[in-house]
Amino acid sequence: MGTKDNAVLDQGFDGIEPMVFESQISVPYSWWAGDTATYFLKGLRDEKKIRALKCTSCGKTYIPPRKTCPVCFVPNTEWKDLSGTGTVQSFTIARRQLAAISKKVPVIYALIKLDGADTAMLHYIEGISPEKMKIGMKVQAEFAEDRKGTIQDIAFFKPVKEV
Amino acid sequence: MAKRVAIVGTGQTFHKSHRPDVNGQELINEAVQAALKDADIKISDIDAIIIGNMDHFEGINYVDCWSIDGSGGFMKPVIKITTGGTTGCSVAIGGYHLVASGLFDRVLIIGWEKNSESDTTGAITTAFDPIWDRLVFAGAISGLAAEAQAYMARYGATEKDGARVSVRDRKHALNNPHAQLRKEITIDEVLASPMLADPIHLLDVCPRTDGAAAVIMASEDSAEKITSSPDWIWATSNRHSYSYLGDADYGRLTSMREASQDLFKKGGIKEPRKEIDVIELYQPYSFGGIIWIEDMGIIGPGEGPRYIGEGNTDMGGELPINPSGGVISCNPIGATGLIRCCEAAMQVMGKADQHQVPDVNFAVSTGFGGCWWTDMILHGKKKPGK
Repeated sequence: MGTKDNAVLDQGFDGIEPMVFESQISVPYSWWAGDTATYFLKGLRDEKKIRALKCTSCGKTYIPPRKTCPVCFVPNTEWKDLSGTGTVQSFTIARRQLAAISKKVPVIYALIKLDGADTAMLHYIEGISPEKMKIGMKVQAEFAEDRKGTIQDIAFFKPVKEV
Repeated sequence: MAKRVAIVGTGQTFHKSHRPDVNGQELINEAVQAALKDADIKISDIDAIIIGNMDHFEGINYVDCWSIDGSGGFMKPVIKITTGGTTGCSVAIGGYHLVASGLFDRVLIIGWEKNSESDTTGAITTAFDPIWDRLVFAGAISGLAAEAQAYMARYGATEKDGARVSVRDRKHALNNPHAQLRKEITIDEVLASPMLADPIHLLDVCPRTDGAAAVIMASEDSAEKITSSPDWIWATSNRHSYSYLGDADYGRLTSMREASQDLFKKGGIKEPRKEIDVIELYQPYSFGGIIWIEDMGIIGPGEGPRYIGEGNTDMGGELPINPSGGVISCNPIGATGLIRCCEAAMQVMGKADQHQVPDVNFAVSTGFGGCWWTDMILHGKKKPGK
């Protein structure tokens, strides 16, 4: 390195504003849902049915349905229709608008254990003011009018009783 | 064949919200040079490198290759390990495996992040299932909020109990020159800060940080030649518990419970509260500081608020937690787990200066990931038995 360069290093970079570069990248993905999820999502879309898969070895009923029981590690083979009512296990109220949140805040997110299932489902709660939300509350699925075969074919869950 | 392994040097950057004056590999280099200086060895003494950061955070995938100017990885074996929030702890566990195998004698371990360079919520969303969880995903904080909400309902804890943990960590950070946020806060200030996702206020959560950390591990063949006070790795453990967000037990961190039981069994720790002298907990929000030490078995379920409220986990208390100021004071995510490891090692080696806990025989460092997975390391002053 020449003397001139060393002089620059010795003086430091005072007065230099670091440059910034914006990304030009867009990487779109598409995901295959697979047979198991597709069967569930078609049931939701075409029949307003919520189907779970049961492990015949340990008896646990999974929602989302999964092809293999993660505990017993055997294929789940028994489909069960659930009623669409369930219990709030926990919840939060998102107060800050983020790009990841498609609805206008405040949005109530809850983990809902559907009757007859052993795992919970993450979804929205509507039809109740955030202040009245309680763990243990009974809720039921409200289907969307326009259903496209996604988890949002359940538009939201609402309290079973007027709160 | 299996070798005992020790940490013989650590290094960190001075973590800040933005480091526009350096690019990623230049940031990495600052931590690497500090670790080499701490161990008083040269880059030519290093046999292999493990590096990690958060997927998608800087949008650079081949970090193992791209970083060699900074890491010193030119013409060396370099492996990238990335496991989300636990990355910093996983790279350390990976380094431990390499050295313990007997195949490499001295390994350099690096964790780094420039959180200032991306939409972190967008990047974190990629950790969740696109069909089931992403369409109704509410951001990283909402998952934590649901855990806190469930814990409060189960044990009657309050928002004030959470705030007490933030107050502790921010106070501890005053003694750590490497921490980003070094200003004391009060319980009232936490409770008055904006509500992000009930019951989590702005001051209940970590900041976004640019920073890097490096650790040098050596086998028993050379550790004691490099330093007279090595930090011996007694055990490591990690556990995962779910595929979908609804699978977890909200209000309890079951992966921490299982990993702790495994870690303490391997390390021969029977009464963690008595035998552990200091914990560096990967705790990105206040309530984690309560819930997760219960799952670690330090105290019983529901006992956290009282135990912490009485000052037992403050500096000078029975079991100081996060003398560094923890994640609430500083969170360069891919480095964060390794900073916990650095800090635990510094405590065991007696190098923590202003935030040194006296007479540390055993320390625990942890990593927490995305939602609900756990990595852990048990550090000790004494050389473990064969």
